[in-house]
Amino acid sequence: MRLECRYLNKIFWEGEKETRVISDISFEAREGEFLCILGPSGCGKSTLLRMIAGLLTPSSGEVIYDGERNSGPLNSMVFQEYGVFPWMNVIDNVAFGLEMRGVPRDERYHQSIAYLKKVGLSKYAYRNPHELSVGMRQRIALARAFVNHPSILLMDEPFGSLDAQTRLILQDELLKIWKEQQKTVVFVTHDIDEAILLGDRVLVMTSVPGRIKEVMTIGIPRPRSLQMESSKEFIELRMKIWNCIRSEVEKAMSHDHDES
Amino acid sequence: MTNPENDRGYKVLLQLVIISGVLGIWEIAGRMGLLNPLFFPVPSLIFMTFFSMLGNGEISEHLSITLFRVFFGFLLGTVPGIIIGMVMGVSDKVRLLIDPIVSATYPIPKLAIFPLLMVIFGIGEVSKIVAIALGCFFLALINSMAGVRSINKVYFDVAKNYGASKKQLFTKVMLPASLPMIFAGIRLALGTSLLVVVGLEFVSANKGIGALIWYAWETFEIEKLYVGIFICAILGILSTFVLKKAEERIVPWIGRLSYNAGRQ
Repeated sequence: MRLECRYLNKIFWEGEKETRVISDISFEAREGEFLCILGPSGCGKSTLLRMIAGLLTPSSGEVIYDGERNSGPLNSMVFQEYGVFPWMNVIDNVAFGLEMRGVPRDERYHQSIAYLKKVGLSKYAYRNPHELSVGMRQRIALARAFVNHPSILLMDEPFGSLDAQTRLILQDELLKIWKEQQKTVVFVTHDIDEAILLGDRVLVMTSVPGRIKEVMTIGIPRPRSLQMESSKEFIELRMKIWNCIRSEVEKAMSHDHDES
Repeated sequence: MTNPENDRGYKVLLQLVIISGVLGIWEIAGRMGLLNPLFFPVPSLIFMTFFSMLGNGEISEHLSITLFRVFFGFLLGTVPGIIIGMVMGVSDKVRLLIDPIVSATYPIPKLAIFPLLMVIFGIGEVSKIVAIALGCFFLALINSMAGVRSINKVYFDVAKNYGASKKQLFTKVMLPASLPMIFAGIRLALGTSLLVVVGLEFVSANKGIGALIWYAWETFEIEKLYVGIFICAILGILSTFVLKKAEERIVPWIGRLSYNAGRQ
């Protein structure tokens, strides 16, 4: 699934006051590509992703899938946190998308178990999410997204609330499943290392109103691992991206000061 | 940390020690003549009265009519309250329409309008049940509305993203997500219905726990008065206990820090 965004804009109105959150964003995610969107907090990257998912309507501009406008393909989103329903057990959470599409119970459980195995949670299929750790809950969210067989996966800082070790493990698991399925992924993050570790390309966004500042291609060969973080290539990329994003982070921070 | 089994046993033991301690001191002080028996009859006398009233059917006679009123009043108030509250939570239009009426009528003490209800519905059971129902109605309504409105936005996004229909959105997301607040409303409503029923029975009933207490006061049967209060206490404790157990079963995630923190 190829994704194309053309001149996307989003303006939020609060009474008379208008805030431009996204400004003229155009980019393309290729078939099977892992595209990371990196930006300082509050730069509108979640807003951008929600527009791609069809959860928000752009103020202007278009989201085009495989050359078709508004065709609304099956996309699955993995949310920041709390996206897992506490009132459903693990397997019902994973099977949620299938259930909404009317897949019979046995069939959806069968498929869900397979993905629960992939994320190492098959033992916990009939437990409740509140009994599990935050990292395990994000695994549920991952399994739920993949079992839905989406044309494109949209991820909104899914590992943002995890501790560093758990995050590494989940990044690794995500890459494994992605490699197996070859889906197009759009992955929003504010973590430079995460973007380099995961992405084929990284879109760097400016502070609000969010624009694309630069597009960087990550040439590090896959499979990637933690070891590569000490490689010369990785360190250079990290410095390059940091230099690119630094002024934006500073701007975003001074915004915060202005508002408080 | 000890294991929870031991822990619970220890707690219960501690509570029993304290309760029996207080009763013991009360009994001894009474028998030593330190307490005026006109106001504070000794516990043993109260319990004897309790058991003799239990034996001659006096308690069941009063208790059954009180429970009857509470049951129907609670049901008649809570069920529509939850439904209308949820609709108000879902639809801004309905909320804007109904909210002024609710805001204007909710603060009126339900006992204050009881005479009016007696004018309308007569002095029989209906006016009492309606008064209790009104007390429950508003609490159920306000909490259910708040329950729907406080649902974490991300749940709606998930439902929409995974293709939930309107009906699925309601049954699979909105209803379960607002259950904790609905339960809070039910708990408050039950407490209020006990409060209101006793108040009503004070002023306008021959039978019922409230009537029992009031009659005991008028005839100065102080032990019976204590028995009435004791039964009220038991009712309160029992209803709290039952609701707590139901809550643990139906909304086990309630009060889990990591889920509540996400609420806006």
